[in-house]
Amino acid sequence: MPAPAARVVLDERDIARALTRISHEILERNRGPADLLVLGIPTRGVPLARRLAARIDEVEGTVVPSGALDVTMYRDDLRLRPARTLEHTDIPHAGVDGKTVILVDDVLFSGRTIRAALDALNNLGRPRAVRLAVLVDRGHRELPIRADFVGKNLPTSLTEEVRVSVAEVDGHDEVLIATGSVAAATGEAR
Amino acid sequence: MTSSEPNPLPVLLRGGRPLGGPATDLLLDEGAIAAIGADATSRAGAEVIEVVEADGLVILPGLVDLHTHLREPGREDAETVETGTRAAARGGFTAVHAMANTDPVADTAGVVEQVRRLGQEAGYCDVQPVGAVTVGLQGQRLAEMGAMADSAARVRIFSDDGHCVSDAVLMRRALEYVKAFDGVVAQHAQEPRLTEGAQMNEGPLSGMLGMRGWPAVAEEAIIARDALLAAHVGSRLHVCHVSTAGSVELLRWAKGKGWAITAEVTPHHLLLTDELAATYDPVYKVNPPLRSAADVDALRAGLADGTIDAVATDHAPHPREDKECEWAAAAFGMLGLETALSVVHQSMVDTGLLDWAGVADRMSFRPARIGQLATHGRPLAVGEPANLVLYDAAVSEVVRPQDSASLSRNTPYAGRTLPGRVVATYLRGRCSTAVETVPA
Amino acid sequence: MRRHLLSAGDLSREDAVLVLDTAEEMRSLADRPIKKLPALRGRTVVNLFFEDSTRTRISFEAAAKRLSADVINFAAKGSSVSKGESLKDTALTLQAMGADAIVVRHHSSGAPHRLASAQWTHGSVINAGDGTHEHPTQALLDAFTMRRHLGDLEGRRVTIVGDVLHSRVARSNALLLSTLGAEVTLVGPPTLLPVGVASWPVHTSYDLDSSIVKSDAVMMLRVQRERMNESFFPSAREYSRRYGLDTRRMALLPDHTLVLHPGPMNRGMEISADVADSTRSVIVEQVSNGVAVRMAVLYLLLSGSNVPIETPVGES
Repeated sequence: MPAPAARVVLDERDIARALTRISHEILERNRGPADLLVLGIPTRGVPLARRLAARIDEVEGTVVPSGALDVTMYRDDLRLRPARTLEHTDIPHAGVDGKTVILVDDVLFSGRTIRAALDALNNLGRPRAVRLAVLVDRGHRELPIRADFVGKNLPTSLTEEVRVSVAEVDGHDEVLIATGSVAAATGEAR
Repeated sequence: MTSSEPNPLPVLLRGGRPLGGPATDLLLDEGAIAAIGADATSRAGAEVIEVVEADGLVILPGLVDLHTHLREPGREDAETVETGTRAAARGGFTAVHAMANTDPVADTAGVVEQVRRLGQEAGYCDVQPVGAVTVGLQGQRLAEMGAMADSAARVRIFSDDGHCVSDAVLMRRALEYVKAFDGVVAQHAQEPRLTEGAQMNEGPLSGMLGMRGWPAVAEEAIIARDALLAAHVGSRLHVCHVSTAGSVELLRWAKGKGWAITAEVTPHHLLLTDELAATYDPVYKVNPPLRSAADVDALRAGLADGTIDAVATDHAPHPREDKECEWAAAAFGMLGLETALSVVHQSMVDTGLLDWAGVADRMSFRPARIGQLATHGRPLAVGEPANLVLYDAAVSEVVRPQDSASLSRNTPYAGRTLPGRVVATYLRGRCSTAVETVPA
Repeated sequence: MRRHLLSAGDLSREDAVLVLDTAEEMRSLADRPIKKLPALRGRTVVNLFFEDSTRTRISFEAAAKRLSADVINFAAKGSSVSKGESLKDTALTLQAMGADAIVVRHHSSGAPHRLASAQWTHGSVINAGDGTHEHPTQALLDAFTMRRHLGDLEGRRVTIVGDVLHSRVARSNALLLSTLGAEVTLVGPPTLLPVGVASWPVHTSYDLDSSIVKSDAVMMLRVQRERMNESFFPSAREYSRRYGLDTRRMALLPDHTLVLHPGPMNRGMEISADVADSTRSVIVEQVSNGVAVRMAVLYLLLSGSNVPIETPVGES
């Protein structure tokens, strides 16, 4: 059996540059940091959200709140697999009402996770607007959802898997693209 | 057909092993053992007979059960005399003692004679009724034991089984009274106050399972008291279904004094333990309850050394609805007739505690003596009644409740593999297990 | 998680921690504007109560409804004529109605086991208290409450006081707390400690004063006055004096020690009013935590596919 192919598509510096660019784009689009709330989708969206908020702070000198939004109980595939462990939801005290919420996830794929996130958000209150930021958009949407801010567009085939590592969770920053067998072997597949 | 009708043809049992000993031939004729060995072989050659190949099968005297619940009259949905005795025959029994807790209670000559007659009509095995000690098993006043003793049923064992004769004065009077007709009181030893609402053996497991405990002392205290009472009034005492190590010790002590005390143990108490209650499946709910492994060991040892005289099934059929429910609501009791010999085989023979002669002693000779049955529990000798069982000790079988001849299905051995199989039972020379020879 | 929750003893440490962690997330729902989650949409939860317990039933009902399940309350009390048979018939009825989970409260120990093992129903069975056996969700909410105040329960000392013999709460707590690493001491008069308690994973004592001084939590069990008539103790007064938690005894407790009670309380019997209402008392909090814990149990047993598994998988 040939060695499974895994290719680095973003390294640590690429990821840092992408996040910096996205933070600028967010500020541009929002015309400043007012009423921004950056919510990451667990697991890897949460540290990415935190980094984006920090970069906005650096640029603007104001604290932009960030948090976590677990969407597990809103997923449409709950019944298809054994019960999932819940992740922590952490919404800053001021809530979501009237905010411009930036949802952050590592990979945008079918769009189903984002659909669940919109439902979860709906139960928390009424944001003024919701935008989506992702590190990688790999295509293959199954719902009418698109990202407002994208780190890298990465055309993939369905047999390929995209693996995102972030330092806060995995010890290092990296985005890999791998064929099926590698993905299966490493488990965390996107 | 009545049980006194002999088999039309003489039967030659070829190559069986009486009491597990050397192989030989037995000729059964006119309801008796007509010849053994070469004599049987040669006589068979001269007559028109039925030949049964019993090659290698163990031949035991017909088993005698001291403790059977046939449920008729009153609970014919659980068992009838006919179905119960048919199950008995399939288990190797040629005589059973029918317990008195029917409805109406067997506390008059009329009821015991009826039960005896039903047994005769069915014809599968002899039914010896047990009479109640007290009217309606109520423990208030003595039943007419003399009338039952003098009746056609010739009752000799009296028991309120299911209930303990707990009143010490009443028990004393009963023990005294039965001396007049050489009767024996068979006590269900269960101190009622100590066992109110009790569900299972009291021990670490009952505490964990949250079930009301049934302490060993509730049985042992009554055995000790009754042994002393029987000795005091010079009467005989029989103890039903002993279940604890302490009971065995007390019996050993009482017998050591030379007192006229006998005792029985059930097959299930020789094999099963209270661990089974953890399933909360009421098929394991029984009175007295299944006890600990240490108790099982003590009971086996007691049966092996003769402290316990007999194995008695306490065959207790219950309809499905009385067992298909939560534990506390379920009835007490298990089937036992068809599996008794196999359970004794596993717990006593396979463990080296008894040989087949010992099994014959504990399941036939001694129970017949306790019940004073003249034609059962006799040696396998020429001229003796042809009551015997052919047993294949070499096979083993999975117990399937649906195969039982009993009307009920509450066997605790369902799905278990037990050793041995009763091949045929002969009652006065007639095969009582062959369906075609017995009227439906 | 398994398919049923019958005994606290069935939970491994990982299982128990998973339930408690999940309950922590469920609890935060109480602070949100919409206290409802869609996780059990389309699932049917039946509360099958053969014994009155409004508190427990309401708690399960609220939990199931907050997870968007359909809830059917079935009070089977009073059908004593048919006794046990009704358990089977009821189960068959509920199966026909498509119950995904049956929350059962029964006066007979082991009835939930029977329901789960007799193949009368395919749904998950959750023991909401059976006879004098167990009450696992009560133990989970007690552990949850203690953990919120004390942190990890490893090495923590918990004293459970009173009628252990008849208490399903005590049994479940003894099993669960020892699974979680706590050191449990059962205290009560010898008549109310079960035979064989020495084989449990706990310490026992007949003396309350010496036990509570080193406790991180003290759980007072309800003691029914009628036990007096069965000679378990001579009088309510003597019981209260020897095993009740009053102001004097409360003063012996370390500052951080919690007081718990599964309710309903016999004020003046096992616990005095001023102790019950003191700042150490987390009795009211226990009730609100009950909903979160039961949500967690329902979620973990019901939200996934019916394939039994040991540990849940992560994201995909």
